[in-house]
Amino acid sequence: MTKRQLLMKRYIFPVALAFSLIVGSASVQASEEGGLPHAGTNVQDQASLQRGAKLFFNYCVGCHSLKYMRYERIASDLGLTEQDVMQNLNFTGAKFGETVVSHMPEESAAKWFGKAPPDLSLEVRAKGADWVYAYLNSFYLDPSRPVGWNNTVFPNASMPFPLWELQGLQTAEMKPAKAGEDPAVEKLVLSQPGKLTPAQFQQATRDLTSFLEYASEPAALQRHHYGIWVLLFLAFFTLLAAMLKKEYWKDVH
Amino acid sequence: MANVFTSIGEWVNERAPNMMPAYRKHMTEYYAPKNFNLWYYFGSLALLVLVNQIVTGIFLTMNYNPSAAGAFASVEYIMRDVEWGWLIRYMHSTGASLFFVVVFLHMFRGIMYGSYKKPRELVWLLGMLIFLVLMAEAFMGYVLPWGNMSFWGAKVIISLFGTIPYIGGDLVEWIMGDFLPADATLNRFFALHVIALPIVLLLLVVLHIAALHEVGSNNPDGVEIKKGPKGNRWDALKPTDGIPFHPYYTVKDLVGVGFFLLIAAFIIFFAPTFGGWFLEHDNFIPANNLATPSHIKPVWYFTPFYAIVRMIPSFLGSAVWGVIAMFGSIAVLFLMPWFDRGKVKSIRYRGTGFKVALGLFVLSFFMLGAVGAGITAEVMPVWFGDIDVTFWENLFGRVMTVIYFGFFAFLWAYTYFGWEKTKPVPERVTTHD
Repeated sequence: MTKRQLLMKRYIFPVALAFSLIVGSASVQASEEGGLPHAGTNVQDQASLQRGAKLFFNYCVGCHSLKYMRYERIASDLGLTEQDVMQNLNFTGAKFGETVVSHMPEESAAKWFGKAPPDLSLEVRAKGADWVYAYLNSFYLDPSRPVGWNNTVFPNASMPFPLWELQGLQTAEMKPAKAGEDPAVEKLVLSQPGKLTPAQFQQATRDLTSFLEYASEPAALQRHHYGIWVLLFLAFFTLLAAMLKKEYWKDVH
Repeated sequence: MANVFTSIGEWVNERAPNMMPAYRKHMTEYYAPKNFNLWYYFGSLALLVLVNQIVTGIFLTMNYNPSAAGAFASVEYIMRDVEWGWLIRYMHSTGASLFFVVVFLHMFRGIMYGSYKKPRELVWLLGMLIFLVLMAEAFMGYVLPWGNMSFWGAKVIISLFGTIPYIGGDLVEWIMGDFLPADATLNRFFALHVIALPIVLLLLVVLHIAALHEVGSNNPDGVEIKKGPKGNRWDALKPTDGIPFHPYYTVKDLVGVGFFLLIAAFIIFFAPTFGGWFLEHDNFIPANNLATPSHIKPVWYFTPFYAIVRMIPSFLGSAVWGVIAMFGSIAVLFLMPWFDRGKVKSIRYRGTGFKVALGLFVLSFFMLGAVGAGITAEVMPVWFGDIDVTFWENLFGRVMTVIYFGFFAFLWAYTYFGWEKTKPVPERVTTHD
């Protein structure tokens, strides 16, 4: 066996091992998503984040806080002025440097909905963007629920659906029930159209999910911004180190 | 300027004549075998990660609040409001996972090339102690962000001690300082994580390296360069097949560092949660003793050991056997030098039985990891349809547990009874001219 073949043989195993590990963890990650549609969010798309922020502050902040997110940070990250944010997004009278806290008192909220609406600062990191996107698209009318709404992604959610005027009203078509089981939802149909077409509504919920994804990790913008330069620097450093090593090792036989 | 340095050097040398020789002993005049391969990068990389964990850890403590009421929010404060806080935290969290990656590979290297064998048993034992302390360190660090998985992970792992007869219940309460993981638990874990265990870890690392430099490094051929011919370009009495650690291995390790940092930086900047494997989804929900996560599982590096606990059934009215088996799975690693009686060190010249057994051992380790992480429970219904997942997972996990421990039993019998057919070991390392 030549030295080259020997080297090949010795490195095939570790390389194959590393490769199988990466493929293995990627496939498990794919299976963990549980067949939800792909949200297609992009936190780099500033226009999408701005539209999402508008939706959030018009429809969500009445009940949900972003208690780790400051108005000032939203302005600087989304390319908005202080005036934009304070006039168009901040309806609670909070100061520019303060965090986004809903005005709904937690105790009465718990009384009204059975459970206080959760803070959404980290919702996308906890549940995943695909889940949030699917959730926002899966509300349907269900008179048996206290608030009149139900959800196929999160069954028996206690939240009413504030975006109904945009999406319209969805109703569920049920599968025939098996003996001894409750009937399951077969599919959702739009029984009364809203202000937006289905495609427009999907885009709107995608924007909203993007905004929540940004809110759950504002540092993502910085990560992507600096990451590529760090990798380029390290690649250059590694190349120099490899050349240095080669030079020094010339006399090792 | 050069004169100033020389005179400072002389001044120090007069007062501490052994300091410069120590530098020579461990760097410029430490003669390492010249045939190190890819597997020999992981020792220096482990040291690099240790330094990273300490430095980033110091900066994290400046803004972290070790209380049940404030911990979670203080981590988000670091992520959002502290300048570069997100980078420091991701360096620390990614570093924790990569620490285990390099340490597992470093240990595998040792098994593969027989680095634990005489005269290096002490190096191996100190290394295993490092591994044990590292596991404690990582476990306590994982509790600190006080997310829901921190809480439930801590509860499950500490409860393992509750299986010990008679004292179990009191012991669990003593460890937690409460009836549940709570403020007291978080306070003490913080103290242990940032002060007590790092000091022990550093001491053990110093001893590990000192013990190594007493006997010299092993190499992929498993031959002792000190027993080979003497005399090289630098010293007439030192081994011919040795080269000074500095500059040869410092520049070589620098290349390894470059590649390693490329991978680390890619994760830190583009996939810091690593798809939920390095930072878990449930840990972005604050600790809540009323909401149990759907799957409680430890971080990936503990999953093989956690699987062993789960796979051992309780009998004689006690669940302590699983806990004994889990600690046993680490204890047998400590005893590697005494299970393996073979004189040939490197896998290159060992019998086929050893190679097959080692392959199966690695396989069982990965498969146990898959069981512990809940991967088997997830893929079994997908692959095999409507089956009794618990039954088949238990069967699979138990077979893998038997293989894991079987490796050590086989290795002992294989070498003790002389069943191993080894190849002739060369006199010198194979890459000399």
